[in-house]
Amino acid sequence: MTYSLRVNGEDHIVSDSWIGESLLFVLRGRLGLPGSKNACEQGECGSCSVVVDDKLVCSCLMLAASCIGREIKTVEAIANNGRDGTESLTDIQQAFVQAGAVQCGFCTPGFVVAINHLLNENPRPTELEVREAMSGNLCRCTGYGRILDAVAQVVTERTR
Amino acid sequence: MSATTIRSPRVGESAIRPDAPAKVQGKFGFSNDMWIEGMLHGVTLRSPQVHARIVSVDVTRASAVPGVHAILTHADIPGADVYGLEHADQPVLANGIARYFGEPVAIVAAEHPETARRAAALIKVIYEPLDLLVDSEEAITAPPIHPEGNVFRHLTISHGNPDAIGDVIVEGSYEVGMQDQAFLGCEAGLAIPDDDGAGVELFVSTQFLHVDRDQTAKCLGLAPERVRMTVAGVGGAFGGREDISLQVHLCMLALRTKRPVKMEYRRDESFVGHVHRHPAKLEYRHHASRDGKLVKVEARIVLDGGAYASTSSAVLANACCFAAGPYVVPNARIEGFAVRTNNPPCGAMRGFGNVQACFGHEAQMDKLAVALDMDPIELRLKNALATGDRLITNQMITGAAPVEAVIRACADVPLPTDSSGELLELPGGAGRTAAGERDRIVRGVGFAVSIKNLMFSEGFDDFSTARVVVDGGVATIHCACAEVGQGFVTVAQQIASAVLDIDEVVVAPADTTVGSAGSTSASRQTMMSGGAVEGACKAIRHMRDSDAAAGRSTEGRYEFTYEHHHRPTTTLDENGQGDAHVSFAFAAHRAVVDVDVDLGLVRVIEIATAQDVGKIINPLQAVGQIEGGIAQGVGLAVMEELVIKDGRILNASFTDYLLPTALDMPTVRIGALIEEPEPGAPFGAKGIGESPCISSTAAVAAAIRAATNKPVNRIPVRPQDLAL
Ligand code: FES
Ligand code: FES
Repeated sequence: MTYSLRVNGEDHIVSDSWIGESLLFVLRGRLGLPGSKNACEQGECGSCSVVVDDKLVCSCLMLAASCIGREIKTVEAIANNGRDGTESLTDIQQAFVQAGAVQCGFCTPGFVVAINHLLNENPRPTELEVREAMSGNLCRCTGYGRILDAVAQVVTERTR
Repeated sequence: MSATTIRSPRVGESAIRPDAPAKVQGKFGFSNDMWIEGMLHGVTLRSPQVHARIVSVDVTRASAVPGVHAILTHADIPGADVYGLEHADQPVLANGIARYFGEPVAIVAAEHPETARRAAALIKVIYEPLDLLVDSEEAITAPPIHPEGNVFRHLTISHGNPDAIGDVIVEGSYEVGMQDQAFLGCEAGLAIPDDDGAGVELFVSTQFLHVDRDQTAKCLGLAPERVRMTVAGVGGAFGGREDISLQVHLCMLALRTKRPVKMEYRRDESFVGHVHRHPAKLEYRHHASRDGKLVKVEARIVLDGGAYASTSSAVLANACCFAAGPYVVPNARIEGFAVRTNNPPCGAMRGFGNVQACFGHEAQMDKLAVALDMDPIELRLKNALATGDRLITNQMITGAAPVEAVIRACADVPLPTDSSGELLELPGGAGRTAAGERDRIVRGVGFAVSIKNLMFSEGFDDFSTARVVVDGGVATIHCACAEVGQGFVTVAQQIASAVLDIDEVVVAPADTTVGSAGSTSASRQTMMSGGAVEGACKAIRHMRDSDAAAGRSTEGRYEFTYEHHHRPTTTLDENGQGDAHVSFAFAAHRAVVDVDVDLGLVRVIEIATAQDVGKIINPLQAVGQIEGGIAQGVGLAVMEELVIKDGRILNASFTDYLLPTALDMPTVRIGALIEEPEPGAPFGAKGIGESPCISSTAAVAAAIRAATNKPVNRIPVRPQDLAL
């Protein structure tokens, strides 16, 4: 089947696809957006996190075809857009870099999407709320300490 | 991964990873993101049997599937049909017998991954099941399941007076389950055949580039230089990528089809596609004098190596050499076996044999403290190793050994306050399905100390090569060290900028066009490849200084390639004695846990630690390594186990194999990082990656014991071990 998906503000045609394809598969394999990762494809790790109509979802668990007519936002769209058309890191991304929240980085895009979503919904989360929000995202390298630190830095900066 | 540059902080300052900006934007290319025009997709057909004779393999129907380009079996292997890190005994594709659940039997390349999977499912393999050997103890005497026998290694350490007897004797039996590295980025690679078909280029996520290359070339029947390899973005490793997995398969398919071929494992396949941490059975008897001095340690250690050798013999050496822990033990008798069974093959995982031993020796130290009526920390201090002391292998420790310092600094961290009582902070958290009485939640505190050998042991000529070029004020480092997330990229930059006093340092991609850097394992790359970078930079500095002294310009191009070897080590003699190890690192961990004694649920509240680091190169990354290692240690203590029944893995998914989440992971408090420089190491730095996951596990187990008064002689601890 052929259909159109709205991803990061642009319409993309998905052609010759099978109806059972997951959103993650279509993003990575058909639309050339490999930023969303695939550590489990079972809804357990959050490395595939994207936002669909303002809801944080595991793109591996959604059928791409079920997202027709919905607004999909992936890690590729998370950036500060300068007036001159340049893109730079958002404060969350910057904090991840500075705080040492990135090691191998396989989990990182998923965390960036999840934290971005969390802070949109809840600008002043407690540490426990951050941990709970993050508990859908696995990281095997960091033990989460530096990621929590990065989030705390952003919250402090934003609420100053 | 592309070359990267930043303005480099010097050694000892926190440095930002040059690859971090790409990683936070989702722009960093991991091995499974690779794509090339015209590539085929490879899949592996694996044995659903645990131990079986392969009567026949019929590919007729599978070959007829449109879009299938190749189906290869054992008969198609062009070169050696077995591989292995220390001893080649693992078939590239099963040869008449499948010896473990998930052993590769055939490989398929097709236009689409689903086509390849469908074709693989149509390959008709007839198996004739054979008797299973899944008990490691039985394996020692059972009829061999492999022509080379069932015992990979039998090691005895006999030190001092074997007849020595202490005033106080404690005994214990302990068991460790099988842990998985569970790196997030599953195995993946892309092989591109040369136009003339005489060689192949492979991009792959690995820890050990040159040995991958050598093993692969041998199996392909090619000269090593015909196989060129580049590290492709690695999503974690932790030992699980030290052995090859899909390397030979990919190259075979690419050479056969004359097309690029990509393979990527999915999580379920990754769980059977790499080696795991050895399950262990340990029996201990500790002797001490009335005043708390260790007199003798006796131990018997059996490691289940699974179907093939991998690094079992080196893992066993670690478990045995460090069976007594970081203590002065004048007399010891250790017997160890690493055996072959029909269980999944085991090999390297962070901590490499020391993890299993530490669980045993630290449980024993606590038992001894009770028997002596002595404070457990006092007992450890009384017996702590120091520089100049000898190990049970009779090796004298000549480098830094601040065991006492790590114990004191860890013990001095103030204890945490009571938990808030919020549901998410209770044992079981949101998963508390039974109400449970809150006053049945008991707190426990446990302490443990570890020793880890750094770099390769037992006479292995361990080296690393770095080529450094300085041109136009920019230093470029070319080293085959695999960056798997650990942070060599900043360490290399920091060392180069410190030695050369240059701000701009580029780390080029790691590939086989430079000499070997050895493996990213054994806590060795900061010391080995860091040493190689330091050596090359020092040589260039010397050339520059001579030019300056002679009045010549120093603006030109300088290049130097340096091979760094650590001091030689020896093998172990028939009594397990010898200078087999290079350097040692020590750490102490204190765990605080809350246990619901009715439900058997555990929450780890906090881990305090102090660690011997030699010299910190990058403080930010050091903390990341420590927290990340502790997460894996906590995982092994309370949740992570590959459940094996009759040789089959029952939980090969993240739904059933549980990794610690941000809610499971406690706060880590670092009491101190002890900087006592290690002689012969770059800037005195020791490798820091493994120690955090060794004694953290034992500390958690001790804390659970303290809370429950249960023996906790098996990890991971399960609710039924505590509540029934
Ligand atoms: S890949 Fe979607 S949750 Fe793991
Ligand atoms: S940084 Fe490697 S999994 Fe998170």
